[in-house]
Amino acid sequence: MKSLGNIRRSFAPWADPAAKPFITFRNVTKKFGDFTAVDNLTLDIYHREFFALLGASGCGKSTLLRMLAGFERPTSGEIILDGQDIASIPPYKRPVNMMFQSYALFPHMTVESNIGFGLRQDGMPKNEIAERVAQMLKLVKLEQFAKRKPHQLSGGQRQRVALARSLAKRPKVLLLDEPLGALDKKLREETQFELMDLQQDLGLTFVVVTHDQEEAMTMADRIAVMSHGKVIQVATPAEIYEAPNSRFVADFIGDVNILDGKVSASGNGKIELVTNDGFTVRTASAGAPASGSAAGFAIRPEKLKVSRNAPTDATVNAAEGEVWDIGYLGDMTVFYVKLGSGKVVKASMLNAQREVENPIAYDEKVWVSFGETAGVVLKD
Amino acid sequence: MNTWSRFNIVSVVLGFAFLYLPIVLLVVFSFNESKLVTVWAGFSTKWYVSLFNNRGLMDAAWVTIRVALLSATIATVLGTMAALALTRYTRFRGRLLFSGMVYAPLVMPEVITGLSLLLLFVAIGLDRGFVTVTLAHITFSMCFVTVVVQSRLLSFDRSIEEAAMDLGATPVRTFLEVTLPVIAPAVLSGWMLALTLSLDDLVIASFTSGPGATTLPMKIYSQVRLGVTPEINAACTILIGLVAIGVIIASIMTKRREVQRQRDEQAAIAGR
Repeated sequence: MKSLGNIRRSFAPWADPAAKPFITFRNVTKKFGDFTAVDNLTLDIYHREFFALLGASGCGKSTLLRMLAGFERPTSGEIILDGQDIASIPPYKRPVNMMFQSYALFPHMTVESNIGFGLRQDGMPKNEIAERVAQMLKLVKLEQFAKRKPHQLSGGQRQRVALARSLAKRPKVLLLDEPLGALDKKLREETQFELMDLQQDLGLTFVVVTHDQEEAMTMADRIAVMSHGKVIQVATPAEIYEAPNSRFVADFIGDVNILDGKVSASGNGKIELVTNDGFTVRTASAGAPASGSAAGFAIRPEKLKVSRNAPTDATVNAAEGEVWDIGYLGDMTVFYVKLGSGKVVKASMLNAQREVENPIAYDEKVWVSFGETAGVVLKD
Repeated sequence: MNTWSRFNIVSVVLGFAFLYLPIVLLVVFSFNESKLVTVWAGFSTKWYVSLFNNRGLMDAAWVTIRVALLSATIATVLGTMAALALTRYTRFRGRLLFSGMVYAPLVMPEVITGLSLLLLFVAIGLDRGFVTVTLAHITFSMCFVTVVVQSRLLSFDRSIEEAAMDLGATPVRTFLEVTLPVIAPAVLSGWMLALTLSLDDLVIASFTSGPGATTLPMKIYSQVRLGVTPEINAACTILIGLVAIGVIIASIMTKRREVQRQRDEQAAIAGR
């Protein structure tokens, strides 16, 4: 697993046992009547981390964020921020600020009074407020819009005002609730990188809630994948993608083929697994399950190679099949290959060359192959 | 529809005549030279002069204005609080009963409201006069304010209050700096409604008022029983004029704001 994880930058306090977490959720449960939104959850977030809470709607990610902001109180458990239990501190006394999904700009105030609102609450002198507001306007490149009201701005500009407002007080932690949800695709991609640069430059801790896996993968140092009020896996984007710890995570993030089967031999960090389709897979596996136990084998489409000839290398797994369907996407081509047993697997091949002589066609007999480290064994 | 059929013209004329002919007659006869209300004897403004010299009517008008301003203001405060309670705390014990009781005066016959208030004031030994009329008007106009403000609060985006608190505003400052300015137009129209209701109330005032606190509608009503004088016509014409000016200003302002807003939004979308 050494190659996974710190792809982006050498920042990994979670791997250092001496590092102290900045935010800790300890056995936090939140119930709304009979509904358990957050279920006995424990989670550490580190200083200067860009942390993403990812999950489908209703998985408890927003409730978690709202508890951090102070809008909800945990039914039980502790929330520790910078060494202090904040569970009972009201939102207006917490050193965290939030950027709302709807932006929640004050409609009756100009852009500059929106940004200065938090500073006025703190009783900062007027000239300092003006200075800070000017600074924030420059940061989000909205200098010429200072006197406008929110309804006189476009969606992207409103998003920037909301961001500037939540950063104006220089909070210890910035919470972002679906920060890019209301923007169109192109603007969203641009803004993702702007947010990352901003977080780096200001040296802040960002906690972002999103249902968009691409957004989480792009921006975050670590992602917590949530489902039904529980954290299923916390890891770097690369680990989440390449080494999912469960069927749920494998299936939730990206495309995956899952082959169910039984372990037939196990040892030396390698296992042999016979799938229900009667196809033997030899693969590396970290926590090798015992021989005879049921397991799933997960492999991403881009890790599968489709070729006309059988691979000659003996360490490579291969299965024969027939091309069932082809999807040409421009940058890559997706093949749906029907194996002998009738199981259809998805394989995607990059179109690295413009012109391919004699491309693979429908109904052709092909080999699907992959290496020993291409897939992951799922125990559940 | 491009063409005006004869039927349409007739129905429009009839409708407007039905609504406005009595008012037009009243206005026209307020400028009548003759003391007889139904006989035209030439143009004159003398009834306006004599109206302003009529102590009784002017005193009644003054009482009415004071009662209306005071009761509308207090009713607005109480009604807004009730609306907040009803929209914000959706699960308190007795909410259904409370909301039912807030709305009851909307449909309660005025005679019953007036009579029950009278009985209450007599029972607690409160002398009837300015205070009792004001209290009675607060009681019945509060629910109208509640209805107006509540409908605004239902479409209110609560995340802006959360944003205010998140930025360090205490609940009180959040209310004063964010909630109140945003719902202010609804609160203001609730206040205007309460003011209007109080200005033209006759029934409840008759039950709850006492000597020295005769309101204008009571005064006009009692004078009409002795015969309509052109002075009353003049007083009514002034009232109509005030109301008309108020309505016209309010609608022009609303329209202007709407147009401005649309223009701004289009400009923002166009990226200017």
